[in-house]
Parts: sequence; C-alpha cells; structure tokens
Amino acid sequence: MSTSILTSLRDTGLADMSVNPERNLNAKPILMTTPDKSAASTKPFIDISGLSVEYRTLNNERVQAIKRVDLTVPEGEFCVIVGPSGCGKSTLLKVLAGLVAVSGGVTTIAGESVSAPRKDIGFVFQNATLLPWLSILDNVMLPLKVQQRPDRSNWKKRALDLLEIVGLHDFSHRYPSELSGGMQQRVGMARALAHDPSLLLMDEPFGALDALTRETMNSELQQIWMMQPKTVLFVTHSISEAVFLADRVVVMSARPGRIEAIIPIDLPRPRDIETIDSTRFADYSREVRRYLHKKEAKA
Amino acid sequence: MKTMAIVRVVAPLTLLLVLIASWEAYVRVFEVSQMIMPRPSQIWDALNAGFRNGVFMKHLAVTGQAVLFGFVGGVIIGILLGAPIALSRTFELLFYPYILGLQAMPKVALAPLMMIWVGFGIESKIIITMIVAVFPVLVNVIVGLRAVETDRIALIRSLKGGVFAEFWWVRLPSAAPYIFAGMKTSIVLSLLAAIAAEFVGAEAGLGYLMTQLMFKLDTPGVFAILIILSCIGITLYMIADWAQRKVVFWDATTADRWKSK
Repeated sequence: MSTSILTSLRDTGLADMSVNPERNLNAKPILMTTPDKSAASTKPFIDISGLSVEYRTLNNERVQAIKRVDLTVPEGEFCVIVGPSGCGKSTLLKVLAGLVAVSGGVTTIAGESVSAPRKDIGFVFQNATLLPWLSILDNVMLPLKVQQRPDRSNWKKRALDLLEIVGLHDFSHRYPSELSGGMQQRVGMARALAHDPSLLLMDEPFGALDALTRETMNSELQQIWMMQPKTVLFVTHSISEAVFLADRVVVMSARPGRIEAIIPIDLPRPRDIETIDSTRFADYSREVRRYLHKKEAKA
Repeated sequence: MKTMAIVRVVAPLTLLLVLIASWEAYVRVFEVSQMIMPRPSQIWDALNAGFRNGVFMKHLAVTGQAVLFGFVGGVIIGILLGAPIALSRTFELLFYPYILGLQAMPKVALAPLMMIWVGFGIESKIIITMIVAVFPVLVNVIVGLRAVETDRIALIRSLKGGVFAEFWWVRLPSAAPYIFAGMKTSIVLSLLAAIAAEFVGAEAGLGYLMTQLMFKLDTPGVFAILIILSCIGITLYMIADWAQRKVVFWDATTADRWKSK
C-alpha cells in the first residue's frame, strides 16, 4: 500500500509543483487529492510510541535526551515541534532520519520500523550544509546522485525546476560561498525535495537567519508545501514561526525531553502577514507560550 | 594599486642586483681565490658552459625523473595508505604508532641501505624520494579525511548513502586542501631527497655531478648547480600551488592567502 503511494507521488512528480491557485485556496490541501492517499491516512504516517533516547557525555554520564515520547503524525500534516534548547527536539528528528540509536520504544514511518536511514526522507539542516565544492545545481542533485536514482537524464531538469520554485534558477552555476544565508537555505530546501521524499524533516532551518528573511522564508515554505504536500516535521524555538506554519504545534519540555502539549492550529491557509496580526494568531501564540513557560516555572 | 604591484617586483630585484654587484666587487678588490668564492660572472660562465655542452641537461634529466617518479609514487602511496588508517579503527591501531615513529626518523639516512639493496642507479633515488614524499601526504590525508563537518556526513547518511558515498561526496573533497598542503611540502622534500641520495652514491644526476665538481674544486660549477636546483624547487612549488588553487578553489584559506599576496 505505502509503496504505491510513494510511486504515485513520484509519478506525478513535478507536474504537481506548478502553482495551482485553486488548490492553494483549500484550507487543507493535504486532505487529500488522490483516493489511495486518504485510504492511507487512516493509519498514522509517523507513529512514535514510548520513544526514549539516551546518550553519554564525555564524563560517561548518562543523559536522557528523550523520555517516553508518544506522537503520531498523519500523512501530509505540517507538524511543528517547539521547545527550549536541550529538549531533544532535534534528537527526535534524527531518530526519524535513522541517524540516532534509540534506547527504548518503537518508531514507524509508513508502517515500517525505523532502525536505519530511509531513501524517502529529506533533511533540512540548521546550517544549510551545502557542499562548497559543488555548484548550486550539483548540490540540489546530490540526493539523486547519492541514491543513484533512475532516469539520470532527468536529474538536471528536476533540479532546475526545484531551483525555479525557490527562486534561484539563475544561480544554478554559482557556488555556495557566493550566496547569502537565506539563499543557501533555499538551496537546502530544494535539495531536500530533489528525491521527492514523502517526509521532510527540518531542523531549525531558519534559526540562523535575520527576522525579516525568516518571515519571507516561512511564507515561501508554506507555498512550496501547499504546492507539493508532504508530511513535514519542523523543529524551531520560535513561537510565531511555529504557529504560522503548523497544522499542529507540539510543545516539548527539557530534561528529560517530553511532550508538554499538542495544539492544533486552525487558521486558514495560505497564511500571510495579516494572519500574524490577527487575534486568533495571538491567542494561539499565547497558548503555546503558556505551555513553554509552565514547565520552566516548575523547574 | 598597479604601481604597488610593480614595486613588489622591482624592489627585490634591485636588492638582488645590488648584492650581486657588491659580491663581484668584493671578490675582485680583495682578490679572493676562485676555489673559495667565485665571482658571480664566473658562476654565470660556468652555467652557460654547462648548458651549452649538454652536461647539465643530461644530469638534470636524471634527477628530474627521480623527483617526478618518487613524488608521484609517494603521493599515491600516501593516499592509499592514509585512507584506510583514517577510516578504519583497526588500521589505525595497527599502523599509526609506526607512522609517527617513522616520521621522526631521518629518512635520507636510509640511502646507504638502498644503495646496497638496489644499487647506484636511479631506482635507489626513486625509492628514497618516494619514502620521503610519502609522509607529509600520508599525515595530511589522515588529518584531512577526519576533519569533516559532522553535518555533512549526517547529510549523506540521511539519504541512506553508504560508506563509499560518504567518502566520495564528502570526505575526499574535505581532505583535498589538506592533501594539497601535504603535496606542497612533499614536492620540496622530494628534490632534497633525490639530491641527498645522489650524494651518497650515483652514476648520474645533479647531486652526483655536484660531488664530481667538488672533488675537482670547480667551485663556480657547484654554484651553478645550486642555482639550477633552486630554480627547480621554486618551479615545482609554484606548479603545486597553482594546482591547489585550481582544484580546491572553494577552500577559503587557500583563496585568502592568495589574495593577501
């Protein structure tokens, strides 16, 4: 079942990514354009239960990064995890990416238990993590090359189309050092989409950017996601970023990392500057902030 | 800006001319023996004569081959040996202590042994040069392959890339600036090693020729070879530096250093 979804996503490919205003008007474009997708959504796409992660410090002390976390994410949801530093939110992403060994619990993606990296995940790092020796075009094509995807002749076109979407088509032959931080992170997003992953993991991708660039990136990310709906897990410590982007905000607390609250954000999309100024946006922000500080007061 | 660039070339050249002129004058005025300290003009004559009768070219070709083959062989061995040591804990445990130990050894001192084993021909010079050229590359390969940003490795792993993908897309390019730094040290040491090995015992080569001229007390000839060797050394270094800037163009330290010049 799940593989057929993946192939159908892959088949539609970039034809889906052209801007379709009608689709953008849907409050929830993720629900659902193809019938087999809605069938899949009866089961959660990501299912985390009882997840614990421990690591050892240099002094060989055990530190509990994540303690018994349960979380399910339906297919196509934009899920934002917010929490103070050290709450294990980045670790959670790395667990899903198969980069971190767990000490307890079960994690499944599309029904398959996660124990190693998967081919259908796109990871966006806090620092764009572009390879400076590759041109922008080659950086975006990297997932296709690493995974030796078929259809080699289409790689370049696909990468250029993605660069078009993030507005960097003219920079395809430049090198990362010639780009600003915001541009580099756009390339990072294009790269994460190159192999058409079904899950996008974003680890504070805009944390290093200035506030203005960050807002721009947020609405661009929303647009991209509405064009090509994917399940997204987005980690941040910015409350407004979380409320702006999320279908649901997951609030985590630190030491040990656990889930404090899950807040559904019922704001129409596409969200814009007006949305940020609205009272409902402020209400949601207040609620998220309250949960974040509740734990701090306890500690 | 432009005048500054000209000054940078003209000033040191002027100094050189002044030095040569005072050298020439000193030797003439105090009538120093040619055997002790020849005049620059005599060295120039020796240089001319040596190239005209083909002696220098013949020996230069021999030394050149020893340096070239020794250096290339050293670089290849350095990379082939360094990669497994950098990437495998087992290899590291087995070999790394010896590499550190051998690095401290004066490798040119192996020359007499090589003469005994493989004779006085060019083969022994190539082997000595190779041994000397290996270490700077080897050490830099090990350091370079490990000095990798962890996020870049995580990137490849997150794509389900294997060890080979990691090596090809991230580790090798990350190590390239280090490898080039090692190669620049190696190329200069290669020339040194080849000459020193030829001193010990040889049938041809600039080092061999130098000892022959020394026995004949042909001091202008010795000076002439010294100048040739310096020119070769500078040229080889400049080629390596040029190659580095071409290949590892993204490396900020390389680029900046060049800009500041």
